[in-house]
Amino acid sequence: MLLPQTDRRHIGDRVFGIVLPVLGCALLAVALIIFFACAKLALPAIEKLGVLRLLTGSDWNPVEESFGALPFIYGTLVTSLVGIVLALPISVGLALFLTEMAPRQVRVVVAMLVQILAGIPSVVYGLWGLMVLVPLLRSTVEPALGRWLGFLPLFRGPPIGLGYLAAGIILAIMILPTIASVTVEVLRTMPQALREGALALGATPWEAIRLVVLPYARRGIFGAAILGLGRALGETMAVTMVIGNQPEIHASLFSPGYTLPSVIANEFAEATGAVHTGALAALALALFLVSLTLSGAARVLIRSRRLR
Amino acid sequence: MKMRVHSAVRRVVNWGMTGLCLTAVLMALMPLGSILWLVVSKGARSLSISFLTELPAAVGESGGGVGNAIVGTLYLVVLAGLLGLPLGVGAGVYLAERGAGRLGSAVRFTAEVLGSVPSIVVGVVAYGLVVATMHRFSALAGGLALGILMVPTLARATEEMVRLVPHTLREASLALGVPAWRTTLSIVLRTAWGGILNVALLGIARAAGETAPLLFTSLNNQYWNFRPDQPTASLTVQIFNYAISPYEDWQRKAWGSALVLLLLVGLLSLLAHFTRRRSAI
Amino acid sequence: MTAKLQVSSLNAWFSTTQALKNINVEVAANRVLAIIGPSGCGKSTFVRCLNRMHELLPGARSEGRVLLDGEDVYSKALDPSTLRRRVGMVFQRANVFPTLSIRDNVLSGLKLNRVKKNYQEVLERTLRQTALWDEVKDRLSSDATQLSGGQQQRLCIARALAVEPEVLLMDEPASALDPIATAKIEELIDELKSRYTIVIVTHNMQQAIRISDFTAFFCMGELIEQGATKQLFTKPEKQQTEDYVTGKFG
Repeated sequence: MLLPQTDRRHIGDRVFGIVLPVLGCALLAVALIIFFACAKLALPAIEKLGVLRLLTGSDWNPVEESFGALPFIYGTLVTSLVGIVLALPISVGLALFLTEMAPRQVRVVVAMLVQILAGIPSVVYGLWGLMVLVPLLRSTVEPALGRWLGFLPLFRGPPIGLGYLAAGIILAIMILPTIASVTVEVLRTMPQALREGALALGATPWEAIRLVVLPYARRGIFGAAILGLGRALGETMAVTMVIGNQPEIHASLFSPGYTLPSVIANEFAEATGAVHTGALAALALALFLVSLTLSGAARVLIRSRRLR
Repeated sequence: MKMRVHSAVRRVVNWGMTGLCLTAVLMALMPLGSILWLVVSKGARSLSISFLTELPAAVGESGGGVGNAIVGTLYLVVLAGLLGLPLGVGAGVYLAERGAGRLGSAVRFTAEVLGSVPSIVVGVVAYGLVVATMHRFSALAGGLALGILMVPTLARATEEMVRLVPHTLREASLALGVPAWRTTLSIVLRTAWGGILNVALLGIARAAGETAPLLFTSLNNQYWNFRPDQPTASLTVQIFNYAISPYEDWQRKAWGSALVLLLLVGLLSLLAHFTRRRSAI
Repeated sequence: MTAKLQVSSLNAWFSTTQALKNINVEVAANRVLAIIGPSGCGKSTFVRCLNRMHELLPGARSEGRVLLDGEDVYSKALDPSTLRRRVGMVFQRANVFPTLSIRDNVLSGLKLNRVKKNYQEVLERTLRQTALWDEVKDRLSSDATQLSGGQQQRLCIARALAVEPEVLLMDEPASALDPIATAKIEELIDELKSRYTIVIVTHNMQQAIRISDFTAFFCMGELIEQGATKQLFTKPEKQQTEDYVTGKFG
């Protein structure tokens, strides 16, 4: 009466038990495919020039097949740092406003707007940056910065508009939703009792934030910032459109520069020869590895708050 | 007296910091306002039936449109969906249903970490896999790049959606003697369907807005194309080309194309929003 | 009287905590056995061991013997899903399938198991058995979630009956319901016992007295006492049972 397990219907369970893990493993395979596909393309350049020469050389000349990515690495780091420096305080302020201060209706609306900000395609940011931000920097912001802060090498030189500063500002706008939403997530996990404990002792809302909320969320916010940094390093279109695309290294934020993703975007389709393509693929590989490391570290930090 | 001064200072600090947070909100939203306003106001000027349906005109010629780019973007996201959705949704179902062990944790972590891989890197991958082997730029390469990009986010989001299905429903089905696999398909996934559709549409919306991985995969095309082995126009690449051009007419068309792109992405997101609201979970 | 279910030396665990300790019970055919006891005493775990639902929880396991009409339900060769079609279950909270209509909820067990039947006949019979027919016959295609809590729970019973089980396990089926809905469920149980063997978990002793023929009293994972319901509530043998049924603890 009770049928044994060899019942035909159990074939479905067996199939399922194989298909589902295979689909899961396919995702692991995607990671490997990304690595090996880049590595394979990069090989001719790595063989000819060596990793050290590729990463530390400062000349980039496709005609002579001489490839050194230092200007791009420098540009990527500078623009990302500018982006983080600008975005972090604003994101944290925004997150605090959303979790600690805003009434419900305002919160819903602002959260929705931030989501829309996150959903705008990169190329539209670039268009806006090129047509609105760059002229504004050239005509107003950079001359003013030069006048007041010109004693710093960061703010010297002719106001061109296109350059590190423009790219940094665009990046700040683009990574802001990421940092803010992760920070909100971190703040939400904080037990309400801690907050109320501080308020019950007579602390003002700001004091509760400074003494209880921020210390609690510190690691999580750090993780959010690293996640934002990872996004900034790999952001391509918007930066490409406003950075000026000059493979040079300058101290001044007003100068045009170049970033790793931008040079890949601009040169890959027209790359001549395996070495040029390989050099660009090597840069992509480097980006991949750096972004994996950063985002891995960020996840660990964001999660570790639960263990505190 | 001293205490009163002290508490007044504290109150002022409190107000000051609240004000700063509010300023942060305004600073964050200002660019959004500016972008949306300019895209709509400038874009609307070039919007017309012919702009939506015609092929692009050469420099100097008036008129012309981005019809082939609109169709191209749709074509690319359909290809991306065909390649990316089964894998992403499947991996998500795996994570939710069987992802409790070590392999599950590894897959989950990989999905999270891959979610922030720069899209340009994935473009290089698609170039290596398709363009380099077929020796030509193609819609297939672009679709593959967008498809790969979808997978990690899709997997995590699908997992969340499937996990929202109450455990009691699974129990009810198993208690009726329904085998586990059919319980997953007919009860759990059917209940999570609205949520999965939502996640899929959001993934497609995101893919439609990607540019970087298309630059050297699907490239661009001045004409209509429906063949997977040929270069294909896309709205985003078209916006890029128009925006960096020195011609005022093309720059106007960049705003027009940007408006079309935002409408497309917005429409997909809105559709996603409604599938979620109508969903059972 | 023949025993429909025979449970001997049943032990069950959640990872390292033992939830059931050496349980021995017999359930007579076409009778109602009530399981009572303080919360956390293993009542639910006990019924979930009878249709092998316990083993589905992460970290859960069990050992011992459960015989259904003399066949070992824990036999390695046995498919749990065929067992579960013979031993139906109703849960504490109504868990109708939200994506299915009232009709498809009732028929889900048959349809998902690919059992061909006269669906219309099954639908009407089970809905009449659960006294739902007159309330829902005009809206069989509408969402099951639109029904009231009590109606949903009766729909869940109809759904369990549709696969024609021999035993019906009920895990506090009325605990989330108001008194009127509870009364309907109790009436229903009284009618069902002529055709089914019923094991019902309840935290409500009055309910146990009203509906059951036999009662088993569990405490801390152990079966303290079992017997005819009248006997157990009026002349319990153990002090612990007396303390519980007279409300001294629990």
